[in-house]
Amino acid sequence: MELKTKVHAEDGRQDITITREFDLPVDLLFKAYVEAEFVEQWMGTKVIKLESKKYGSYEFETHNPQAQITLRMGGTIHDLVDNQKIVRTFEMAGAPYGVQLEVYEFEALTDGTSKLNMHVIYESGAQRDQLLKMPFRQGLNMAHNRLEEIVSKLK
Amino acid sequence: MMNLRRDVFQAIADPTRRAILLLVASQSLTAGAIAANFGTARPTVSKHLQILTECQLLQQEQNGREIYYHINAKGMKEVADFIEPFRQMWDDRFNKLESVMKLYQTKNRK
Repeated sequence: MELKTKVHAEDGRQDITITREFDLPVDLLFKAYVEAEFVEQWMGTKVIKLESKKYGSYEFETHNPQAQITLRMGGTIHDLVDNQKIVRTFEMAGAPYGVQLEVYEFEALTDGTSKLNMHVIYESGAQRDQLLKMPFRQGLNMAHNRLEEIVSKLK
Repeated sequence: MMNLRRDVFQAIADPTRRAILLLVASQSLTAGAIAANFGTARPTVSKHLQILTECQLLQQEQNGREIYYHINAKGMKEVADFIEPFRQMWDDRFNKLESVMKLYQTKNRK
């Protein structure tokens, strides 16, 4: 079966590519990234600020109920072309992963389907690898389900 | 080796232990400082720290009279082993995006 989401991370490099095809028109896919209401719903995060424009900035906050930890993340939007492209920086506050540069390319495939190409560049290869080894860093709950599956298979 | 691998995934499967890893990912902390972040009893946190240390996900470091815990990056598996959970995390997230926007699409057509 063809995987919907593909991740490409080459050894010895400091970037990663994530691609995904959506059963959505490109304008709705783009909307999911630029309107706070939708970001909150699919990212499961609280949007403190989201200025979807060139040189605008954003700030999200996620609360982890297992501990009294609040994860803060944010960055600056460097470029934003409606239904085509977003270039932004991303940083997790207090984490040793540095600042990453994210290039999102939105592409219409048909009237009702679209494709997202996400290129993430880290400050160094070591930081990229460290982050990859912690897949639960943002998607705590989501990664959890998957890990439970893995664990149950091993038992 | 298989045993160690299983232990690592078991260690990560527990929500409190993941939260601990997340905490010490940004800075080395003492057991007391870690416990202060959780609603559970101190011995419970100590047990979690012991498991994480045994799985080589955490490392202890003596600093004067205090023991600090920090992430053991070398103890983590090779990148390739972690690509699949990472991919799955994004897949789940994008599935969510798709269903949220589909719901919006349906509502707006009516």
